[in-house]
Amino acid sequence: MLNIVVCVKAVPDPKDSCKISIDPVSKTLNRCDVSMVLNPLDKNAMEAALQLKEQYGAHITVLSMGPPQASPIVKECLALGGDQGFLLSDRAFGGADTYATAFTLASGIKKVGKPDIILCGMASSDGATEWVGPQIATFLDMPVVTMLKEIVNSAGDCWQVKTSLEDGYRLLEVDLPALFTVTRDLNEPRALSFSGIIKARKKEITVWGKEDLGVPEESLGLPGSPTIVSDMTTTDNKREVEIITGSREEMADQLLLKLVDAGAI
Amino acid sequence: MIDFTFTEEQEMFRKMAREFAENMVAPHVAKMEETGEVNDDVIRALAEAEMMALTIPEEYGGLGLGYTARMIAVEEISRISVATAMTLQVFGLGIEPILKFGNEEQKKRFLPGLANGDKLGTAAVTEPTGGSDPTGGRTVYRKDGDDYIVNGRKCFITNSHIADTITVLAKDENDPKAFCAFIIEKGMEGFKATHVEHKIGMRGCNTGELSFENCRVPKENLLGQEGKGLRVVMASIGEAGRGGMVGCALGVQAACLEASIKFATERILYGKPISRLQTIQNKLADMKIDLEAGRLLAYRAVSMHDKGEQSSNEFAVAKYFTTEAAQRAAKMAVDIHGGYGCMVEFPVTRYLRDSFVLGPSAGTSDIMKVIIARWTLT
Ligand SMILES: Cc1cc2nc3c(=O)[nH]c(=O)nc-3n(C[C@H](O)[C@H](O)[C@@H](O)COP(=O)(O)OP(=O)(O)OC[C@H]3O[C@@H](n4cnc5c(N)ncnc54)[C@H](O)[C@@H]3O)c2cc1C
Ligand SMILES: Cc1cc2nc3c(=O)[nH]c(=O)nc-3n(C[C@H](O)[C@H](O)[C@H](O)COP(=O)(O)OP(=O)(O)OC[C@H]3O[C@@H](n4cnc5c(N)ncnc54)[C@H](O)[C@@H]3O)c2cc1C
Repeated sequence: MLNIVVCVKAVPDPKDSCKISIDPVSKTLNRCDVSMVLNPLDKNAMEAALQLKEQYGAHITVLSMGPPQASPIVKECLALGGDQGFLLSDRAFGGADTYATAFTLASGIKKVGKPDIILCGMASSDGATEWVGPQIATFLDMPVVTMLKEIVNSAGDCWQVKTSLEDGYRLLEVDLPALFTVTRDLNEPRALSFSGIIKARKKEITVWGKEDLGVPEESLGLPGSPTIVSDMTTTDNKREVEIITGSREEMADQLLLKLVDAGAI
Repeated sequence: MIDFTFTEEQEMFRKMAREFAENMVAPHVAKMEETGEVNDDVIRALAEAEMMALTIPEEYGGLGLGYTARMIAVEEISRISVATAMTLQVFGLGIEPILKFGNEEQKKRFLPGLANGDKLGTAAVTEPTGGSDPTGGRTVYRKDGDDYIVNGRKCFITNSHIADTITVLAKDENDPKAFCAFIIEKGMEGFKATHVEHKIGMRGCNTGELSFENCRVPKENLLGQEGKGLRVVMASIGEAGRGGMVGCALGVQAACLEASIKFATERILYGKPISRLQTIQNKLADMKIDLEAGRLLAYRAVSMHDKGEQSSNEFAVAKYFTTEAAQRAAKMAVDIHGGYGCMVEFPVTRYLRDSFVLGPSAGTSDIMKVIIARWTLT
């Protein structure tokens, strides 16, 4: 039976993106009034874990670092079919950059027991650095495969997988235990179900704070973060519409010129 | 103290139902509107999402989640498609009499199939002689050995042509005060679904007529006691039936408000969005007040229902309020849209048509007032 850890992040609902603003002073995101949802790509990570469970049998641990409000996201993953949940939650974890986040998550994973497979989303929809997965792998000293798009052969301990490249794919072999960050091409995440929600009643979410992890406080949260986000701005994404007129040939010529000018072809 | 918060689990039900409606129902709405016909894919999706199993106890193949969960599901589905919510709510109405009045054998025979969607349900009371007065119906039964022979006609029946098990109210041929509720099954000799209605709204929800010509019903299909059938159907309609309509109405209210907010913030007049105009804000506020009040009435009634308390009066208030409020909301939404509110590409036109179909089912607003007045006077 495989031991799988899925790392999931609570992110502001992308549907509410118009409500998110940047605090001009602290350079942090203003998230009040915005509901938190499961990071979209983490659904693909969950789905991959569930498919492996169906295929080989697996024990799925769902792990998240975040405030207590992230608990429903973990519960949702348990309702999808995860077996146990851990929420790493402590004021001391606040203000973490990717390094401190990955360190905290890796400490959590060590305490849960080293898994055969760790699944992360390729990126979160808010921070979107794509670093947390690889950093966790580094802290745990295991191979990492980013941008997973297909598991070609998962029999045995040496997997064959395809990862996304801009113009194609890469075929890789990787020895387990390994960490994968997944893309949306990997699978179609399943929907929540009433019976899944009922089954999740019996599944526990354990909350761990800094004492539980037993790691030095200076490696956590803001003090443990070497990165400082010094500035953030919003960009105006205005689209313009231009109507081209004339005969069919004239319109085609004009369009061609415009596309060439724009560097599109 | 009263706790007005949904549990974490109920929030998850809502999320699930919302995603279901947006992903599995919304893509079919245009076709349902165009043809007016039930969509098989939607029915299958409802079954796969275990939507029919909500109120049925686990021992009969259901989920045992109760009526609040059902209200949440119906409300969320109605926000996307009132027709689908109505179809689902009446599946529940078809299940209810068997749940409440069926004997053990009947529950074992019918509920598992109704829970997994292999079988679809409905309840047929209304007749051409008038739905407000169910005792005035002309569908009759007579005994023939161990069987009953049913003759008559039912009209305006939701799921008429897709239902497999139908709770049918009939009157004793010789005693106008004695009624029986029968479970009539598709394929029984002498029973057929006849005319299909074309409605102005809730298109894609099947409504039609049923006919019984010397339809032989075995005594095993009698629900409750002989002669006490009126109670079987009225108790089911009074709570589960009205509750379902309330869920449908709340969904329309929410959809109208959402569409109005979107339009009002995007439509620019005098160099600014019309949401800055006080008159428009007034309408949005009215819709919001109605929605908040409607939800409180609805979830109060349904939490009583879940506790097993008598809740038909509370449901009458909620049904009156929410179905009337849905019509008000739809009119305001159409008004806010100006000329666009008359163009079929804009869903508010559908909400307006749908809102008018909410009224009669499970009793008109007049009848709700009759019930509510009776409540005040006793
Ligand atoms: C706008 C913005 C810009 C930022 N820029 C930087 C920056 O330049 N450098 C920097 O170090 N930090 C940055 N941060 C902070 C950083 O985003 C978060 O603090 C960090 O916790 C997670 O990084 P990420 O969201 O980029 O994750 P990613 O690396 O994009 O996330 C990939 C995957 O890692 C897993 N994961 C990530 N976070 C968690 C979690 N909390 N719990 C469980 N699993 C998780 C999930 O599986 C997720 O799909 C930024 C934050 C914001 C909002
Ligand atoms: C979409 C839809 C789905 C339906 N689904 C079902 C179903 O699945 N099963 C089912 O059995 N029925 C169903 N019905 C029928 C519905 O229950 C009846 O339409 C309703 O009860 C009203 O009956 P009626 O249409 O015969 O109107 P009538 O009873 O003829 O009423 C006509 C008018 O008189 C008013 N009125 C009647 N009595 C009083 C009174 N005492 N005081 C004041 N005013 C009064 C009414 O309010 C109404 O305005 C459905 C109807 C619709 C529109």
